[in-house]
Amino acid sequence: MKVGEIRTLLGATLLTEEVEEIMEHVIKNAYASDLMSEVLANTHENDVLITGLNNMQVIRTSEMMDIPLIIFVRGKKPSEEMVRMAQMKGICVLASSQSMFNCCGILYEAGIRGGTGYGE
Amino acid sequence: MENSVHLHYDVDGDDFTRAGEASSDVKHKLKKLNVPADAIRRIAIAMYEGEINMVVHANGGVIDVYIYADKLTMILNDVGPGIQDVSLAIQEGWSTASPEVRELGFGAGMGLPNMKRSSDEMNIETEVGVGTKITMTVYY
Repeated sequence: MKVGEIRTLLGATLLTEEVEEIMEHVIKNAYASDLMSEVLANTHENDVLITGLNNMQVIRTSEMMDIPLIIFVRGKKPSEEMVRMAQMKGICVLASSQSMFNCCGILYEAGIRGGTGYGE
Repeated sequence: MENSVHLHYDVDGDDFTRAGEASSDVKHKLKKLNVPADAIRRIAIAMYEGEINMVVHANGGVIDVYIYADKLTMILNDVGPGIQDVSLAIQEGWSTASPEVRELGFGAGMGLPNMKRSSDEMNIETEVGVGTKITMTVYY
């Protein structure tokens, strides 16, 4: 699923610049958490990050993990500084007024999947 | 150390928003040096967690990174409170972080375990009231 389609499905606002190459980027997997250490332990390159945490370390963590798209949920509005940093690192930022549960459900229904087998 | 590129970083302990700048810089430089992506990823996780730890527990510190042809070694030094029980601290879920740190998205007792898992070698030298020195190596 393309980043542009995710934006439409969630009715989310795009906060970074609309770059065609990024909007056409294909996403298959997602990870949802408010805890950045979990994100550092469990995400894979090209996963979408769905989070309600709103601080600069969300952008830094995404940069470290090569996450191309961050979806802020529950109406969280990242600061201009965060958006600027994401833009600089080539990370796309969406903001949704939906709950984390709803965002995950909508994306799951559309074919996006999370990982399995943690802690086995 | 011979035949290595040496990078030195001062990590500011007062500004949580800037934590990760050193790790970001190292990641950027390793990409330019064509280090394999998997190794860059492991180095980034290990160093970033270490940097966060320095900021939230030790009021900052210094990081020295040595890049060799086949490995990278990073040495993280702080003059913080030290770790009372290292065997406890490297257990997942064990944390002394404040509620404030937890609200920032860290402090769940995953920092040191993430660092250990991401590096090939990790050595912790620590003394309560004196500081902590963590040396990590990743081979690529």
